[in-house]
Amino acid sequence: MSLWLLAWRRLLRDRVGVASAAIVLAFILIAAASAAGFIARDWGQEVGVSYAPPGFLGPEIEHERAAAITSGPQEDYGIADPLAEELAEIRARLTGAAGTEARATTLAFGGDKWGRDVVKKAIKGTETSLVVGLAAATLAAFLGTLFGALAGYHGGWLDDFFNWLYSVFTSIPYLLLVLAIAAVLNQKGVLTVILILGLTGWTGIFRLIRAEYLKHKVREYVLAADAIGASDARRMFAHILPNVSHVVLVQLSLHVVLFIKSEVILSFLGFGVGVDTVSWGSMLAEAPSELILGMWWQIAAATAAMALAVTAFSLFTDAVRDALDPRLQ
Amino acid sequence: MTLLSVRDLRVEFSTRDGTAPAVRGISLEVPEHSTLALVGESGSGKSVTALSILGLLPGNATARGEVLYRGKNLLQAPSRDLRALRGAEISMIFQEPMSSLNPVFSVGFQIGEALREHLGMSRKEARRRALELLQEARISDPQRKVDAYPFQLSGGEQQRVMIAMAIACEPKLLIADEPTSALDVTVQKQILDLIAELQRRRRMSVLFITHDLGLVSQLANQVVVMREGEIREQGSVAQVFGAPRDGYTRALLDARPRLDQPRPPRARRDGTVILEARGLAKSFDDVKAVKGASFKLAKGRTLGLVGESGSGKTTLGLLVARLHQATGGSALLHGRDTASIPSKVFKRAIQIVFQNPYASLNPRFSVGQIMLEPMRIHGIGSGEAERRGLAAELLGKVGLPSSALFKYPHEFSGGQRQRIAIARALVLKPELLICDEAVSALDVSIQAQLLKLLRNLQDEYAMSYLFISHDLAVVRSMADEVMVMKDGEVVEMAAAEELYAAPKHPYTRTLLASVPR
Repeated sequence: MSLWLLAWRRLLRDRVGVASAAIVLAFILIAAASAAGFIARDWGQEVGVSYAPPGFLGPEIEHERAAAITSGPQEDYGIADPLAEELAEIRARLTGAAGTEARATTLAFGGDKWGRDVVKKAIKGTETSLVVGLAAATLAAFLGTLFGALAGYHGGWLDDFFNWLYSVFTSIPYLLLVLAIAAVLNQKGVLTVILILGLTGWTGIFRLIRAEYLKHKVREYVLAADAIGASDARRMFAHILPNVSHVVLVQLSLHVVLFIKSEVILSFLGFGVGVDTVSWGSMLAEAPSELILGMWWQIAAATAAMALAVTAFSLFTDAVRDALDPRLQ
Repeated sequence: MTLLSVRDLRVEFSTRDGTAPAVRGISLEVPEHSTLALVGESGSGKSVTALSILGLLPGNATARGEVLYRGKNLLQAPSRDLRALRGAEISMIFQEPMSSLNPVFSVGFQIGEALREHLGMSRKEARRRALELLQEARISDPQRKVDAYPFQLSGGEQQRVMIAMAIACEPKLLIADEPTSALDVTVQKQILDLIAELQRRRRMSVLFITHDLGLVSQLANQVVVMREGEIREQGSVAQVFGAPRDGYTRALLDARPRLDQPRPPRARRDGTVILEARGLAKSFDDVKAVKGASFKLAKGRTLGLVGESGSGKTTLGLLVARLHQATGGSALLHGRDTASIPSKVFKRAIQIVFQNPYASLNPRFSVGQIMLEPMRIHGIGSGEAERRGLAAELLGKVGLPSSALFKYPHEFSGGQRQRIAIARALVLKPELLICDEAVSALDVSIQAQLLKLLRNLQDEYAMSYLFISHDLAVVRSMADEVMVMKDGEVVEMAAAEELYAAPKHPYTRTLLASVPR
C-alpha cells in the first residue's frame, strides 16, 4: 500500500477534514459551473432597481429612501430652479423610454448600485477569486519548487544566485512590490493579478523546498540511487520530489488562501481585476459608499463567501498536513 | 532484600488503529546492591518496562499491574510523589547522551540542578559537589569540563556527565537504558567499567537494559530475557549463559558473532586482483577524513574494514564507490584508473549496501520500482515482463517472496528491508559489493541470518566484498583480510587469522581488548 493511499485513508478518518474538503469542493464546483456558463452568466444584467433590498426585507425601504431623496434639496433659499423645466422634460422622456423595462423592486439578497443581483455577483466573484488563488498558488509553488530544487540540490553558484534572487524579492515590502509590479504591467485583468501574485509569492516555498533538498540529497536512498547510476535530474525529480511533495502540497493549499486574500486587497485598492470583472475584492471596494447609505447586503455576501471559503481551505490544509505527516517509518 | 519488584505488568499503547500491547504481564525483582540485566531485541518491551517504573510512559500508554518500590506501588502514586522519587531515589541514564543534555546550559549547572532541586543546596555548594561527581565519573580535567557545554564534550564524556547527574542524589536504583549503544567499543568498555565500579562502591542496584548479550556477563548478577513483551527466561548470569533453558535464549546466544569464530574455510579462488587503491585520500575543507589508503582486493574475497566513528571508514567506502570524489590518490579497477571509466560501466562493477535500511530505500517507491529502476537505467532485460521475472528471482535469492514486488518499504521489517537493498545491488551483478555497516542496525538474530546470506551470495556470484564495520566480531565472521583505520589512517592490515591472533598495532590490541565476550 503506497504512502499516498495511507495518507488518503487518514484524511478520510478526519471528520473536520472531510467536512472542509466538501465545502472546498462545493466552492470549486460553483466556480467551475460559473466559468462554464451554467450559472451566473447574466450577472451583469441590471435586473433590479438601484440598491434593491433583499427580498426578505421587502420593498418599503426603497420607497422611504426615494421619498427622502426627492424631498431633500428642494428649498433652494427661495430661488426658483432655472433648470426645472428642462429636468422635468428629461425625466418625462426617460420614464417614457425606460418605463417599459420592468425592474424588480427586491432581489433575493439585494442588488448593487446598478441593480445587479448580489448573489450572482458573489458567485461570479467566487469564480474569479478561486481562479486567481489556485492559478497564482500553482505558479508560485511551481517556481518555488523548481528554484528550491535546483538551489538545494546543486548548491554552489546556482544556490548563491537563487538566494540572491530570494533576498531581493523579500527585502522589498510585499505590498510595495505587488503595487510596483501592478504599476509596471499597467493592465488590469485576471491574468495580470495571477502573474503579480505568482511571481512575487514563490519565495516562502523556495526557502522550504531548498531546505528539504539540502536535507534529502545526502540521505542514503539518494546515494543508493546514485550508486545504481540514476542521473541528477532523475534523483532530483523522480527520487527526492515525491518525498518532499507533501511539503509542496501543504504550501500550495496555504498559498491559495493567502492569494485569495491578496486578490481581495489588490482589488479593493483598485489594482486588481478590471471593472468588467467581479471579484470578492471589487465587491468589497463598492462597500464603503453603500454602508453609509445603510446598504449592507453586498459586503455581507462577499464577506460570507470569502470567510467560508478561506476557513474551509485552511482547515482542509491542516487536515492534509496531518494526513501526510510521515510519522510512518 | 528486594528493592523493586514488578508484578504482572501490562502496558498497552492506544493508537488510531486500536490498542497494541507492548508488555504482556511480566514479573521481575531487582534485589538490593546488585545488577539486573534486562535483555531483548527491538520491540521486546524492555525500554517500555523501564519507562513505566518511573511513570515516564507517553500519554497514549496505559500500564496495569504493580511496580512496588519499597512496598509502594508506583503505578498508583500521585505524580508529585513520583517527581520526588525521580532523580533522588531512582535515576535513569539514556542511550543518547547528546539529546538528554540541554545544549544551552553548562554541564556543571545541569548536574547542580538536581542537587538544588532535591537537596536544597546553594549554587556554590552545588557547583562544588558537581565537580566532585565529575571526578567520580572519571572525566578527564574536571576543573575545566564543569563549565563546558555539552557540544564541547565527546560522546563518552557526555555519557559520563549523564552518569554524574544520575548519581548526584545518591539513588538506590539506577536504570541504565542502552547507555553504551551509541558509543564506540573502546568507550563502551570504559563506561561499563565505571557503572560496575559505582554500583559496588555506592551499593546501588542497577537495572541494566541492553540488546547486547555480550555486555551482560561482565556486568550483571541476574538476567531477564524478554521477547515481544514476555519474559522468556530469567535467572543468574551463570545459569542463563551456562545452561539456557529457553530455545529463544539459546538462539540468541548462538547468533552472537564471536571473536573466536572465523569464517568457515572455502575453496580458494584464483586470486586475480580486481580492485587496487593507491593512496586514496579525501579532505573536507581542512579536515582530512582519509589520509591515503592503499589496498588490494582479489576476486571472491572479503576485505574487512574496521574502525570507530570518525575513523574515515565510511568515507573510504564512498570513495571506492565513487560516490565521493577523491582529493588524492587513485583506485584501479582491473588495472584501469576508475576516474577514466564511464559512469555506466563503473556502476555495474561496484555496488553498495548502506547501514540504515530505513533510509536507503525510497519510501515512495514500491519494491518493484526499486528493483526495476537499475534495470531500466542500464538496459537489463528486454521488456517489463522479463524484468519483473528477474526481480522476482533476485528477491527469491535473498529470501523474499515475489509478492514483495507490489509492497512498499514501510511494510517490511528492518532485516527484510536490508534484504531488498541487497537484492537491488545484485541486479547489476557487481564484481565488488561494498557493505557499509550493512548489518549494524539490525538485531543479533537477524544479523546472523544476513551475514549467512551475504556469505552464500558471495560464493554463488564470486563477488568481492569490502565489508565495513565497527564490530570486530562481525568482521571476523566475514573477512579474509582485515584493515584497521584510526583517524583517517590505515594503522594495520593483515590476513584475518593473523590480525585476530597477534595484532601488531597497539590500537588494534585496544580494540580487541574492548570487545565484550
